[in-house]
Amino acid sequence: MGRYVIRRLLQMIPVFIGATFLIFVMVYALGDPVAAFFGDRAPDPATAAQIRHQYGLDKPLWHQYLDYMGNIFTGDFGTAFNGQPVTELMKSAFPVTLRLTLVAIFFEIVIGITFGVITGMRRGRPIDTSVLLMTLVVISIPVFVLGYVLQYVIAVQWGIGEPSVSPEAPLNELILPGIVLALVSLAYVTRLTRTSIAENTRADYVRTAVAKGLPRRRVILRHLLRNSLIPVITFIGTDIGGLMGGAIVTERIFNIQGVGYQLYQGILRHNSATVVGFVTILVIVFLLANLLVDLLYAVLDPRIRYA
Amino acid sequence: MRGSTRLKWAVCATAVALAATACGGGGSDSGGGGGASGIVSASWGDPQSPLEPANTNEVQGGKVLDMLFRGLKKYNPKTGKAENMVAASITTTDSQNFAIKLNPGWTFSDGDPVTSDSFINAWNYGALLKNAQKNASFFRFIDGYDAVHPEKEGAASTAQTLGGLKKVDDLNFTVKLGAKFSTWPDTLGYSAYDPLPKSFFSDHAAWLSKPIGNGPYTVDSYTKGQTMKMRKWAGYKGPDAAQNGGIDLRVYTDNNTAYTDLQAGNIDLVDDIPASQLKNAKSDLGDRFINQPAGIIQTVSFPLYDAKWSGPNAAKIRQGLSMAINRAQITEQIFQKTREPASDWTSPVLGEAGGFKAGLCGDACTFNPTEAKKLITEAGGLPGGQVTLTSNVDTGSHKDWSDAVCNSINNALGNDKACVFNPIGTFADFRSKVTSKQMTGMFRTGWQMDYPLIQNFLQPIYYTNASSNDSHYTNANFDKLINEANAEPDTAKAVALFQDSEKQLAIDMPAIPLWYQNGTGGYSTKISNVTLNQFSVPVYNEIKVS
Amino acid sequence: MPEEYDRSNESVAPTGMGGGMDLAASEAQTLDHGPGHGPQPGGPTGKPRSLWSDAWHDLRRNPIFIISALLILFLIVISLWPSLIASGNPLQCDLSKSQQGSQPGHPFGYDNQGCDVYTRTVYGARASVTVGVCATAGVALLGGILGGLAGYFGGAWDAVLSRISDIFFAIPIILGGLVFLSVVTNSTVWPVIGFMVLLGWPQIARIARGSVITAKQNDYVQAAKALGANHTRILLRHIAPNAVAPVIVVATIALGTYIALEATLSWLGVGLKPPTVSWGIDISAASTQIRNAPHMLLWPAGALSITVLAFIMLGDAVRDALDPKLR
Repeated sequence: MGRYVIRRLLQMIPVFIGATFLIFVMVYALGDPVAAFFGDRAPDPATAAQIRHQYGLDKPLWHQYLDYMGNIFTGDFGTAFNGQPVTELMKSAFPVTLRLTLVAIFFEIVIGITFGVITGMRRGRPIDTSVLLMTLVVISIPVFVLGYVLQYVIAVQWGIGEPSVSPEAPLNELILPGIVLALVSLAYVTRLTRTSIAENTRADYVRTAVAKGLPRRRVILRHLLRNSLIPVITFIGTDIGGLMGGAIVTERIFNIQGVGYQLYQGILRHNSATVVGFVTILVIVFLLANLLVDLLYAVLDPRIRYA
Repeated sequence: MRGSTRLKWAVCATAVALAATACGGGGSDSGGGGGASGIVSASWGDPQSPLEPANTNEVQGGKVLDMLFRGLKKYNPKTGKAENMVAASITTTDSQNFAIKLNPGWTFSDGDPVTSDSFINAWNYGALLKNAQKNASFFRFIDGYDAVHPEKEGAASTAQTLGGLKKVDDLNFTVKLGAKFSTWPDTLGYSAYDPLPKSFFSDHAAWLSKPIGNGPYTVDSYTKGQTMKMRKWAGYKGPDAAQNGGIDLRVYTDNNTAYTDLQAGNIDLVDDIPASQLKNAKSDLGDRFINQPAGIIQTVSFPLYDAKWSGPNAAKIRQGLSMAINRAQITEQIFQKTREPASDWTSPVLGEAGGFKAGLCGDACTFNPTEAKKLITEAGGLPGGQVTLTSNVDTGSHKDWSDAVCNSINNALGNDKACVFNPIGTFADFRSKVTSKQMTGMFRTGWQMDYPLIQNFLQPIYYTNASSNDSHYTNANFDKLINEANAEPDTAKAVALFQDSEKQLAIDMPAIPLWYQNGTGGYSTKISNVTLNQFSVPVYNEIKVS
Repeated sequence: MPEEYDRSNESVAPTGMGGGMDLAASEAQTLDHGPGHGPQPGGPTGKPRSLWSDAWHDLRRNPIFIISALLILFLIVISLWPSLIASGNPLQCDLSKSQQGSQPGHPFGYDNQGCDVYTRTVYGARASVTVGVCATAGVALLGGILGGLAGYFGGAWDAVLSRISDIFFAIPIILGGLVFLSVVTNSTVWPVIGFMVLLGWPQIARIARGSVITAKQNDYVQAAKALGANHTRILLRHIAPNAVAPVIVVATIALGTYIALEATLSWLGVGLKPPTVSWGIDISAASTQIRNAPHMLLWPAGALSITVLAFIMLGDAVRDALDPKLR
């Protein structure tokens, strides 16, 4: 087990290099950022050249990449175009987004798995159909609309809660954004749990457990759920990165200057320092989440072993 | 069951993590409306550049500079006239050499007096190539600019200061321009010309994190990307002291959220109503909805460097396309009358005396589908049978009006694929394609004035090789008229010459005027006396809190 | 086959332990069909059929399958020949009718640009259904195969494939879209589909890998291995049917999200190019008008819901048919 973990951690190095290089090249491919600095005015060539020089944009791509990587190891992630160091942006963005993501995952786990278990055990019943309908709504109506409607109804019409999240982003203000962020993933988690549960209700071990006369709760939690969770855990593991980096819409609606927002701004402004910096951290989060998921496999299913 | 206890442990760990991060945040008050007495909370956007006056060329940074600084002149928020502020007088005898006399008694909020040096040093800083200031080109009128800021890429400055600036004493200095420019003093209300205190140069980093100016407000605290708290400066001696205790600017990444916050009573002032809410704004806000003209005109330009658009019949096609656009309907249905159909190339905020003339463009800007179709058919039809309309889609609601313009053209020409919208993902990409001459059909061009002069709507955009001449239009008669107008000391005569130059545009139609854009905004019941100036920026210092 | 399953539940439930408890009921029901694998009505009695043909046999008799298949057939037909049920022109718009509601001849009303919502919804099916189905099929195949191989072989295979998928995961969709799709100038759906497959496969791969890792622990797989069955046979015969359920679930939901993702891409200016009509484009245009003209959103979003529903039902039916424990 220990050796497996170490091996996996070592594998992060090539992924890290590959991902940063890929992202760096992609931002470079977006094109020259300097023209946009001047709004609707054509940049005067000398100032544009001066700005390119300041940000090292006048060097060849490989040189820029090596410079960037060299700086990363000294803790310097470069500067955003508004003059802020990227590390400063990270310091303000990641804590908020991390909290938001945890809230979203909390709802995914609690609501998603509960719904999944209920519908999986009562297939075809009204509750199953209702949950299916909710799933369809969540999939076919854009997050923007659901988020906006919830925000409007709850904060403006009912006057409970705040439409936007204040810069400090306390947990209670993140409940609504967290739910909105989790909505689509909730559909996945519910359906995955439902299917697994439905499959496993007919497995031998469940029959044995029931035959032994174990109480219903215990059978569901200990035997049924535990064996049904692998696809769900896998999904949530892949979702963490998506939630953290892809919360652009949710963050916009609730005015959160988080990772999604900073990434989006960086991309729109073709700023490789911001984009690569944020993605780098996301990749690490991602790899750790995947590792955690793989370790959970062994916990959930003792037959799976890692050497 | 070993596994399940471990599972439990994992769940607990997650819960702990949640709780721990929960502890990390929260605690302090959640911002929003109300708060300290007389404080107005207002929406803001993250400025795109550091808040140096000569480096700020967009409206969000401009808002702060507007509160923080007072320059030689200030544009009257109602009439748009450039009025003396720090300047006591600006005089000239030849439209080229100007003598500037400052009012005594002005100081920066750190006690540093505002002197001739405050201006001269600021302007030299703004012009110097090494400082890479985005508004450096505003100083190009001043003699010696070329030495400080050579035009060519890679060239080095041969001087550190502008030769045309001469200090006489602490309250007097002279400016020599490179060429005659009679209305130059009226450009001096632009924030690029603001004075800078000594601390700007001695501790630049500290100044940037908490800027110091000579305006009615001081910066109380500034959290980049989130909030800026401006407070009334008690020591302000100028004529336009703040009528409120201060302004809390809060960054919104989406103006729709700001609007919802206004409805929920969390914020007092929103200065940009999202297009999707314009329909509701009147019923939501009643007379607290602001919709007033601003110095912004939207146009679509043609790539005159492309052979397809420079042929002998191309002007006729361009005029035909202009006539095919139903401006009145689009401004009403898409923009809910927050735009006015355009019929010249300036803006109503200039006023009649300033050079605005409704209907100057004539028939070419009047909706007439039959005539449009006739003109285009006579000229041999659209080049390639189809015209594209290119715009970026990451800002504003450009897709909506672009679709509407294309539909209007398609309906006029009776061909549902005559005009096709070509979206571009980012403004950066769009602008770099425009400036590198990669357009092949119509493309969006907009102009927000820097100062309320008709010159600003024409010369930077249509003069040969001008900085924003995206269609690369060139016409000897137009250039000649602009030069004459700039040299003309009599304002009325100069305006007439500028209008003559516009008539050349009506003939050549390098850009189709679409509409004049208004400034929009909304405010809470807590505040009153809210207006926007001609730059669509709220006049913060006049807002009253009840 | 939920309905059928439920009905038998009711009839046997009282025999179960724990008084009407679902678990017991389902168990009783399963026991009924039990190990004997009782003679199936109409089933041939001779040589044993393969699991896949068994599944097909079940499927044909499943009403859920029939309903979903009919719905999908309908969608395919209107995608191919939209003019069968809509006589208008989706590109013919009259701004003066902007956002008007339902009226005779125009049952769904008009959108923001004054285009007929009904016509656009019908004509939008082609692009949207193509994007949804092809992107999902591509993602499921590529992700399923790569993930399955990674999970089955483990070791170096797993390490390499999983790490490659990690790198793809790292690409923000917006960045990828702007880079890969902004260079595309043609207005077909294929670049968009290709892009979705390129960035979408790692998710399915992860799910498939996880399922295969669990499935390969099963006794019958170990037994087959011991008996010397080759990898292809084990993978196709024993592992695939047991690992496919989560892939189906994720894929059927993803189908809907891909259609919605197309809207996001269009909104970013890199998706389907005008004059292509799609539900995604219309949904995204309607989103901002939700307070003024909800009908603009209702119809394209409703069409999307029905499509997703059809495929979720199909997925359920296929999954049930593949589950030997239900037989």
